[in-house]
Amino acid sequence: MPALTTNRGTRQGRWRRLLLIAPLVVVLAGCGGVQNALNPHSHPAADIANLFWWMMGISFGGLALVSGIMIAAWFKRGRGGTRSHPNDREAGERLGNKVVIALGVVMPICVVCALFVVGDALIINVTQAPARSSTSLTVKAIGHQWWWQFEYPGTRADTADEMHIPVDTRINLIATTADVIHSFWVPALNRKIDTIPSHANHILIYANKLGSYRGQCAEYCGLQHAHMAMLVIVQTKAAFRSWLHGEAAKARPPATRAEKAGQKVFLDGPCSSCHTIRGTSASGFVGPDLTHLASRKWLAGLTIPNRPGYLGGWIMDSQHIKPGNEMPDINLTGRQLRNLLAYLESLG
Amino acid sequence: MATTVPPPASAEPLVERLEQMWQSRPGILGWVMTTDHKRIGLLYFWTTLVLFGAGGAEALIMRTQLIQPNNNVVGPATYDELFTMHGITMIFFFIIPMTTGAFGNYLLPLMIGARDMAFPRMNALSYWVFLGSAIFIYTSLFAGVAPNAGWFDYVPLAGPKYDPGHAIDFYCLGIIFNGISSSLASANFIVTIFKLRAPGMSINRMPLFCYAQVAASFGLLFALPSLTVATTFLFLDRTIGTHFYDAAKGGSTLLWQHLFWFFGHPEVYILIVPAFGIATEIIPAFTQRRVVAFPFVAIAELLVVFIGFGVWAHHMFATGMPTVTVVFFAAATAVVVIPSTIQVFAWTMTMFTGRPRFRTPLLFICGFIFMFVAGGLTGIMFLAVPFDQQVTDTYFVIAHFHYIIFGAAVFPIFGGMYYWFPKVTGKLYFELPGQISFWTIFLGTNLLFFPMHIVGLEGMTRRVYTYPGGLGWGPENLAETIGAYLTALGIVVLFANLVVSFFKGLPAGPDPWHGATLEWTISSPPPEYNYAVIPKVSSAYANWDYPDREEDRRKLASAVMVLDQGHEQPVSSPVDGWWTEIIEMPHDSPWPIALAFSMFLVFGALLFHQWIVAGFLTIAVAYSLLGWHGTEPQEAE
Repeated sequence: MPALTTNRGTRQGRWRRLLLIAPLVVVLAGCGGVQNALNPHSHPAADIANLFWWMMGISFGGLALVSGIMIAAWFKRGRGGTRSHPNDREAGERLGNKVVIALGVVMPICVVCALFVVGDALIINVTQAPARSSTSLTVKAIGHQWWWQFEYPGTRADTADEMHIPVDTRINLIATTADVIHSFWVPALNRKIDTIPSHANHILIYANKLGSYRGQCAEYCGLQHAHMAMLVIVQTKAAFRSWLHGEAAKARPPATRAEKAGQKVFLDGPCSSCHTIRGTSASGFVGPDLTHLASRKWLAGLTIPNRPGYLGGWIMDSQHIKPGNEMPDINLTGRQLRNLLAYLESLG
Repeated sequence: MATTVPPPASAEPLVERLEQMWQSRPGILGWVMTTDHKRIGLLYFWTTLVLFGAGGAEALIMRTQLIQPNNNVVGPATYDELFTMHGITMIFFFIIPMTTGAFGNYLLPLMIGARDMAFPRMNALSYWVFLGSAIFIYTSLFAGVAPNAGWFDYVPLAGPKYDPGHAIDFYCLGIIFNGISSSLASANFIVTIFKLRAPGMSINRMPLFCYAQVAASFGLLFALPSLTVATTFLFLDRTIGTHFYDAAKGGSTLLWQHLFWFFGHPEVYILIVPAFGIATEIIPAFTQRRVVAFPFVAIAELLVVFIGFGVWAHHMFATGMPTVTVVFFAAATAVVVIPSTIQVFAWTMTMFTGRPRFRTPLLFICGFIFMFVAGGLTGIMFLAVPFDQQVTDTYFVIAHFHYIIFGAAVFPIFGGMYYWFPKVTGKLYFELPGQISFWTIFLGTNLLFFPMHIVGLEGMTRRVYTYPGGLGWGPENLAETIGAYLTALGIVVLFANLVVSFFKGLPAGPDPWHGATLEWTISSPPPEYNYAVIPKVSSAYANWDYPDREEDRRKLASAVMVLDQGHEQPVSSPVDGWWTEIIEMPHDSPWPIALAFSMFLVFGALLFHQWIVAGFLTIAVAYSLLGWHGTEPQEAE
């Protein structure tokens, strides 16, 4: 099934948008955000957004119709009706019955059937789980309390919170969970899919434009549900291949004295019991794989940027930044922390 | 005593005799032991109002936390408890007990010309169990272990592994305990409606309010078992180590969602259908006209609940169910649109073809129709599965169901409070503050809930205790919080108006609105026996059948159809309303509250996993039941 929306369709959508929401422009001014269902960057998300604009227009019509009848009633308040008796069965009854049948039965049947065909027979073909043969890359998204793990089956690449994908490529995203139910949602690219324990769900991910798209866990999953965001980074195919190659490689060994000392802190301290750095003895699996930590822009489910100051603060006092998260506050001396940061920042 | 319809002089001894016979005990004991449906209705009313205040306060704290990005008024743990308690409170402890327990209890027997509910002591029991369950679940908040997994409490987050401690145990037991109350009340309503209608009130002459009550009662009776099973399984998983919901051990995670929503979706209609009933009483009174397309509306009220049982999985479209399943449930959801639109156009056309007087109750109903249509239209959007999957679990859904629940359930509740205030208190409310309260609440709720649509489409997910700046969600959230405070202000004005009116209002007389139904034929407030003469009914708008009302007065004068030989109540055939027999109704009784209290103790013991203690406490339950049985009223000869 081809996408309903071509480039032309998107342009039409933009016109419709202007027409329909001229009065709402002020409230909708914030539409250009990066995590926005009305700012689509793929054909599934664009189809859904267009469908919404149509539905919204029709809905305002429906609301206006009902409100109009009430307003008309307000204009004839205190008069109207020729009945001598309130229990008269005839007065206005025929008109009322006609309207109830026409607008209360026939009209909704037509509207609902049309919506059903467009939404559940046509657009659903674009948004439903893709046939495996139709996709050319598989990414596995694993929800954890409270971060996202991304694996690229067939390679050893294993990263957190930032999912890289090539542009214009149909991707089969396998969504699953390590603990409770989460929901994988990047509104600019497609609808959401829940992650169910002991069960793998599939969804199509596709982006037709380079850029970074923010997503967030949509199913309430405990204390830090609010801080379980992710970034989908859409790259050219060549850039993606090179990123994946680098990501699959083992960690760069420490070079300077500080980095070596930092690695010792990591391996001897509590860090290695929860985190993996491929190429070292650290192989914990509670927290994210840190093999290429320095290549990431964000930390802790996009809670803080990946800069040495924030990273140091996170290591020493993560419970202050993201209360309830699984990482304990780590007690290090200033020197230990500096060395550890030097090491972690070297993991490009 | 407020103004009454003056009885004919010759009937005075009769009326006096009825008054003595039906009198409640004086003082507090009269309330504790009461079986009078009006007193029980008022008890429900005051209790649910307190809980409404609690749920509203929880909402205001949440809105204050969300007023700006990265705010820090409450932490995540508190916030999770707040939204969980807000949902549980508003659904189980405010709207259901308010529309059925308070409005239903007080008005239903009056509307069908009965002297009480069919099972007056069971009615009292349902109230005391309700009160017990409310105290039970709010104990958790004060003990600092309030439920925190959301009102739909998904496993495994609510399971023993991820939520140890007592929080979810409170949820499970509190919900089961509350379910007992709702089941008792529903059974009572159904029997009352089918058996206690005044002779002559065949099913097609029954007011639409009663259709709504019977629809909601059947809905509750069939939906609650699913919830009880779901919470019992969860309680067993949490306490004795069963694995109903543990996917790793062969259980099913989605089983919870299916069981919960098999209850949860009919529940939504159970919440709003009694409110539809309130609307369909207010509209005729203030337009002085029968509801247009009466049979359509009656059938639609029943159909909404019936079809509501076939749509539960539309809450689960994002769980990865097969496309065929998803589309089936979308189609079922489409069907439920039709009975809703029938009612909307019947209400509005009744206003249009009638002679509307836009007093406060009708204003609230207009607000209700507007909000219900707005929320219903976004509801129709969800039947497009891809769109549903895009916006589910975002603020768009919060906007949708608050338009429905606040707009379509709470607005009619407020309208109903104004409408029946003169009947219950015998005083008129003040009109101007009434209208001010309406407009404040109407503007407030729209300012509160409309921007939620936008912010949801912009990607803001539900149940987040905070959100980052830079995503453009700040202005909407600020507007919502202002709207929340405006709504709260309007509600304060509303209740202030009613309180002042109670003390300073003008006497209302029996029928200030020229209302349509039987309750307007008797004095305000109604006497304890409700009807001195069992009224004659020949249409659903009995108060407008003037010859019948004349006949009642003649009968009272000649002491026909008075039934003054005890707590007597005629029983009619279920459909045609033919007089079949006279039964003797029970008097005040201490056993309902004793039974409810002993059940409370059993649930308390279960909470602490004291199985043996709970076993012994069931003896107290059995003792109360025996005591109850020992005071059955004598069968009428």
